[in-house]
Amino acid sequence: MTDVLIIGGGNAALCAALMAAEAGVRVTVLEAAPREWRGGNSSHTRNLRCMHDAPQDVLVDAYTEEEFWQDLLKVTAGKTDEHLARLTIRASSNCRDWMRRHGVHFQPSLSGALHTARTNAFFMGGGKALMNAYYRSAEQLGVTIRYESPVDRLEMEGDRFVAAWVQTPQGPERIAAKTCVLAAGGFESNREWLREAWGQNARGEWPAENFLIRGTRYNQGTLLKHLLEQHQADAIGDPTQAHMVAIDARAPLYDGGICTRIDCVSLGVVVNQAGERFYDEGEDFWPKRYAIWGRLVAQQPGQVGYAIIDSQALGRFMPPVFPGTKAQTLPELAQALGLPVETFMRTLDAYNQACREGHFDHTVLDDCHTEGLSPAKTHWARRIVKPPFYGYAVRPGVTFTYLGLKTDDTSAVFFGGRASPNLFVAGEMMAGNVLGQGYTAGVGMSIGTAFGRMAGRNAARVARAEEVLHGHA
Amino acid sequence: MDTLEQLTREARALANGTPISPAEAELGRVLQICNGCRYCEGFCASFQAMTRRLEFGRADLHYLANLCHNCGACLHACQYAPPHEFAINVPRAMAQVRGQTYGDFAWPAPLGALYRHNGVALSLSLALGLALFLWLAARTDAPVGADFYAIFPHNLLVSLFMPVFGFAVLALGLGVRDFWRAVTPATTGAPVNAPAGAEAAHDVLRLKYLDGGHGEGCNNADDAFSLRRRRAHHLTFYGFLLCFAATSVATLYHYVLGIPAPYDWPSLPKVLGAIGGVMLCVGTLGLWALKWQRHPLHGDPSQRSMDYGFIVLLLLVSASGLALWALRGQSGMALTLCVHLGSVMALFATLPYNKFAHGIYRSAALLRHAVEKRQPNTLGLGGE
Repeated sequence: MTDVLIIGGGNAALCAALMAAEAGVRVTVLEAAPREWRGGNSSHTRNLRCMHDAPQDVLVDAYTEEEFWQDLLKVTAGKTDEHLARLTIRASSNCRDWMRRHGVHFQPSLSGALHTARTNAFFMGGGKALMNAYYRSAEQLGVTIRYESPVDRLEMEGDRFVAAWVQTPQGPERIAAKTCVLAAGGFESNREWLREAWGQNARGEWPAENFLIRGTRYNQGTLLKHLLEQHQADAIGDPTQAHMVAIDARAPLYDGGICTRIDCVSLGVVVNQAGERFYDEGEDFWPKRYAIWGRLVAQQPGQVGYAIIDSQALGRFMPPVFPGTKAQTLPELAQALGLPVETFMRTLDAYNQACREGHFDHTVLDDCHTEGLSPAKTHWARRIVKPPFYGYAVRPGVTFTYLGLKTDDTSAVFFGGRASPNLFVAGEMMAGNVLGQGYTAGVGMSIGTAFGRMAGRNAARVARAEEVLHGHA
Repeated sequence: MDTLEQLTREARALANGTPISPAEAELGRVLQICNGCRYCEGFCASFQAMTRRLEFGRADLHYLANLCHNCGACLHACQYAPPHEFAINVPRAMAQVRGQTYGDFAWPAPLGALYRHNGVALSLSLALGLALFLWLAARTDAPVGADFYAIFPHNLLVSLFMPVFGFAVLALGLGVRDFWRAVTPATTGAPVNAPAGAEAAHDVLRLKYLDGGHGEGCNNADDAFSLRRRRAHHLTFYGFLLCFAATSVATLYHYVLGIPAPYDWPSLPKVLGAIGGVMLCVGTLGLWALKWQRHPLHGDPSQRSMDYGFIVLLLLVSASGLALWALRGQSGMALTLCVHLGSVMALFATLPYNKFAHGIYRSAALLRHAVEKRQPNTLGLGGE
């Protein structure tokens, strides 16, 4: 008999499993994916946003609770829960020694990501190396790990968890446990659900049909839907809100991960299918803006954008994986990209004429800007004149969805405003409690680690002592 | 400034050439993806060197391939490793190009083909080495239990080994010289300086890049880290050096001090040889066992026979050397001596055309890396 059952196999799930195992209870992890695809979206991550009051090993300077909170407040435009957000932030300040004990190694901020040297602790080798370490540690602690074990429903007695039903090649299997932690991810891999959530726009398009999924194909949201529909668990978040970035349109449908990003947006212009610009490409540093471009592109016709640069931009952004469309003149580039040449040239000419070039410096908010142009480009506005020219088609890339289960500072799942005594939730399945919208690098792992550890600790406590937890939402 | 950068880049690309072999094309593809990810940057020098580049010409690929120590860390950490459709396997792509460079830079050029037929090369050289010494032994009428200079006079041994060893040094030297000339323009072209030399020596002698970047070691059978490969390699490498030192000291004893062999315990040649021999034996057995357990996706499968061949030959040299000591004055000594000298001869004869070259080319690549990293990075990438 299992004491604590963990459903999911990513960062939050393994944090929960390790905490529960450390508390001395019997733990089983049910991972839907086969072993080689284990770890969910965590395998694509690379860092953890960390609060710290003074320099700490790989982190420079300080990143205080207040600053972290203000950053979160800004990106979510206030759609967050301060109590749970601050809990996440504080937990991020003291989890790394524990992570190290389980074999995780950190490294200083990567080249090309130096702006995060203060705020984000990078995993050496990235998220898959982190997951490998957690799985090794879990095996050493005697945790039972079952791969290819998707759970499609729970057996509940009111708000109390009784058992989970796993699909196996031999048919459904019932696994009972004293307590359960749900950490099975969002529903971003479920394209049908995304289509339904985004619906049809005024142009008659189904925008989500053109979305790519940056991460795992295994986050189908089966259990999330089951909890919301069959058990009326309390929901949080908007199903169209997600961590979404603009990625190379040629990226694979799933698991394209970080290397499919297109980082040249702020160095050039971005036009839509009609050949027109639609947003200030130089509003702020790209690291602070990359997370809004997924939605911006999602709102354009055909859900596609075209990042246009000239040769002056080469060597100033992370190299894209797929070669860009290249041409010696701008009209040829428009033609090669399948854009209406006349409109495209009108857009580019207007932009070039509006550029007021001061001292170009892509490492600061420089004084190169446009005048009398709408939308304006407020920094790094240099005329696009130096051949060859390059164009990259970009599409919305969904990282993870924010619709999830409502929880409190015990990680409990709620039913009709009442906390379940033995069902907990962590990771993407509850990230919407903290992230109502927007994103800032590494915060998904901060949430997963904070709530994963808390859920594991509480699930073990309840399983051992039949203790009743009293939380505060 | 822009124009200068662009011109530099273009000049470098021109000198560098474009990849031509399938192995080079695959490594180029792999590195283009790696360079957009960079999660493995903390593991080793290969990735740090990669991030200084946007394009990968032949010389870049040859340089990076020889920087790679095939530790396996980046394969187990890779989000794009098979079964991902990108099918990224950096250690394999690196090993395939590395293997190619040993052949491409071998001197004289036609003998580079021996890398593609390494099993044949090794077995022939061993057979010929054994035949040579058995034939020589059969010609003497030294009594059983005689010391081995009675069987093979010292001057005969020197006249046989010196030319072979000299040729090996010359061939390896000329090969690595061509490699150095090819990769220097692609690694800033800056000359070697003392700090760079010291760092490269440190990295070579301590085998820094088998430490995993975190000190826990490299991967072998799975995603767990272990220092066993590094230690086994140290035993092999330093054991080999001690044995070599024993031979060198013995030569000095013979010609300078006029003290002929055999040298008894605890004379310096004997101490060095005994310790070195044991280290080499243990080290090669360890490497053999570790290679046996090695994850099937590591490295280039077509080079495994070369690797095993080299390990076994070193084991044969060290084990027969130790056996000689044990068998002194006994009937098996003459035969063991033939096996020992025959395998040493095979080892020396194939040095420029077997796995031994990896140490030379990797040391050169590490030295270029130590030079290159001290030059300013011309790229100023902003990222996510």
